[in-house]
Amino acid sequence: MFWTYFLILIATFVLATFYGRSRALQVSNAQAVKLHSRPGYHGGFLAIVTVIPALLLLLAWVIVAPNILNNIVISESADYLSGLSKPEVEAFLRDARAIAFGGIVGFTDAGKEHAAELFASLSRTSNILIGVALAALVAAGFVFGSRAIVPSMRARHFVERSVMVALIVCSAVAIFTTVGIVLSLIFESLRFFQQVPVLDFVFGTHWSPQSAFIGAGAEQTGTNPEVFGAIPLLVGTMLITFIAIMVAAPIGLLSAIYLSDYATKTVRSVAKPVLEILAGIPTVVYGFFAALVVAPFIRGWGESIGLSVSSESALAAGVVMGIMIIPFVSSLSDDVINAVPQSLRDGSAGLGATKSETIRRVVLPAALPGIVSALILAISRAIGETMIVVMAAGLAANMTINPLEAVTTVTVQIVTLLVGDQEFDSAKTLAAFALGLLLFCITLALNVFALRVVKKYREQYD
Amino acid sequence: MAMEMTAGTVQTQNMTGALPLAEDGVPIKMQAQKVNVHYGEKQALYGVDLDVRKNNVTALIGPSGCGKSTFLRCLNRMNDTIDICRVGGNILLDNEDIYDQRIDVVELRARVGMVFQKPNPFPKSIFENVAYGPRIHGLAQSKAELDEIVATSLQKAGLFEEVKDRLDEPGTGLSGGQQQRLCIARAIAVSPEVILMDEPCSALDPIATAKVEELIDELRENYTIVIVTHSMQQAARVSQRTAFFHLGYLVEEGKTNDIFTNPKDQRTQDYITGRFG
Ligand SMILES: Nc1ncnc2c1ncn2[C@@H]1O[C@H](COP(=O)(O)OP(=O)(O)OP(=O)(O)O)[C@@H](O)[C@H]1O
Ligand SMILES: [Mg+2]
Repeated sequence: MFWTYFLILIATFVLATFYGRSRALQVSNAQAVKLHSRPGYHGGFLAIVTVIPALLLLLAWVIVAPNILNNIVISESADYLSGLSKPEVEAFLRDARAIAFGGIVGFTDAGKEHAAELFASLSRTSNILIGVALAALVAAGFVFGSRAIVPSMRARHFVERSVMVALIVCSAVAIFTTVGIVLSLIFESLRFFQQVPVLDFVFGTHWSPQSAFIGAGAEQTGTNPEVFGAIPLLVGTMLITFIAIMVAAPIGLLSAIYLSDYATKTVRSVAKPVLEILAGIPTVVYGFFAALVVAPFIRGWGESIGLSVSSESALAAGVVMGIMIIPFVSSLSDDVINAVPQSLRDGSAGLGATKSETIRRVVLPAALPGIVSALILAISRAIGETMIVVMAAGLAANMTINPLEAVTTVTVQIVTLLVGDQEFDSAKTLAAFALGLLLFCITLALNVFALRVVKKYREQYD
Repeated sequence: MAMEMTAGTVQTQNMTGALPLAEDGVPIKMQAQKVNVHYGEKQALYGVDLDVRKNNVTALIGPSGCGKSTFLRCLNRMNDTIDICRVGGNILLDNEDIYDQRIDVVELRARVGMVFQKPNPFPKSIFENVAYGPRIHGLAQSKAELDEIVATSLQKAGLFEEVKDRLDEPGTGLSGGQQQRLCIARAIAVSPEVILMDEPCSALDPIATAKVEELIDELRENYTIVIVTHSMQQAARVSQRTAFFHLGYLVEEGKTNDIFTNPKDQRTQDYITGRFG
């Protein structure tokens, strides 16, 4: 029913636009007065006052109506529901709805059949009621709007303000979503920190959430906070990120320099898109490339020179992750290097500097802040990366800086904590939120830092 | 003044005897012979012959797009940085073809410096801007020597008094006119023999322009200068010789006075009286 009403409202919107337009023309012709706003704005005005209130009502209805229906049904079916737990009540409602509106029914009984009938009749009533309400709103808006159309009406201002409100609403949605996610991270983390002290988490050096529970099964008596030390994960994350940057920074930067200052147009027009394709490869593909090609290769190579290399190594994951972020570094650096004005290059060349002297002494210093921020964005991307590490670096929370050993990272542990059947409020599951919060704080700090550097850089040439 | 002359100028002084002389007896520093320039398919200069007299200011004038900048950029091979640009003919500096295989562009540009239309100081300190050229050419053996070069260059560019207390501040923080004089100081610091200037005052206000013009007149004593300008008054004020370009041809070249008072070609006449361009 929602979609029917919605489409009708949209159609009304279009019709009202046209009507408002022609009415404005008609009014101004009849009174021989020039319109304050162009006819199109009158159309927009009429459409907005006619449809938008109804649209808002419709949205409100679609959000709250199911709840109201549920509550009515629950109070009507009290006989059948007495003594049921909350999940059981939910299952009851789910089945009743399925019977009434179609869907997969678990099993049925008299109570559910009764509730289903109730659902069906209630929703018929509610559909009709809302239909009438919408029609009334549209009619009222239309009458009011049409009356308001006089040549002196400032329709343009109204439409402009409505546009602004719409834009504000959209940005507010984006912002509130972000805030919501962060808040939920924080609240779940707080629950975790009730079981495991913050300091044990942030500074603990032992990570093995599998052994978190004191006592087994039904005799489980508590949570052992000692096994939730995040340091090994942070060390693993940093090790892999460091290796990745060691790979990506020189290759990305030098290829950016080549592309922006040395490559001919043809080479550039081919090489740049190819590099960007690198950015489009799904990370899972990089992951099995790392696990199946690079890791065995590194192990073989290590053994041939007498090193013991575990089959999953930080080096393999880091190198492949480095390859993955090359396009980031190179395309962002390419942008900032290109942003260095040609006049500076000419000035340097005019003094007898060679191309590489010009790049080293003028272009790179001028582009440095931008390059730094490109690197930082690449780092924060590497820190958040999961797939490659899951597949190539292993799950062992070793606290080591030896790149030939298996390590694990924050993101990988979040995945392993949440895979499989979990109780939602066990310390193990909640730890994932705490890790998420930690990761968020780190990347946020990096991004803020990078943005500040970029901002400083922008000020230089304007 | 002679004491302040740097190694490069002294060297040319010694070589003056070897330079060909123009009909009025002035030595010729640079000589363009039948210079053709193409950008891709499009020809921008047609057989330009021009002598640049030593210790003179030569002004290049002409309507927009006639090839003045193109010609100027040929004189220190700045056109090499443009992929599609091809230069034909000969350009001699002290009787040597600068497009010869054996010529090192780096060395050439140290001898033939360039100042651009828009001031383009590097985003470095004032000191580093001027020290840039000497550093890349290894002109100073010690910090003291470098300080000396920077100070004299700034002095010659008439900027020293204004900036001597803030040599560490960024060159980009100066006013437009100061920036342009900084760029001139930067060019002087490598002791060039010839300085090319492409509309050096077009981004400056009248007072800054006057200062730069005054400077150009002083620099003539030690350097040979070629300047592109759109301002007839400026050409008349600063130059001894004027060359008029039109649609890629060098129409007429002569004493500035003669060009402005008694042009031989109708096109020159039309241009300087403002009938086109
Ligand atoms: N990089 C380039 N690529 C292609 N064509 C060019 C390039 N530079 C200049 N030209 C062409 O060469 C011709 C001469 O240009 P040039 O810049 O020398 O003119 P100009 O006399 O300096 O003009 P202005 O007074 O406007 O600076 C013009 O037709 C221009 O379109
Ligand atoms: Mg020009």
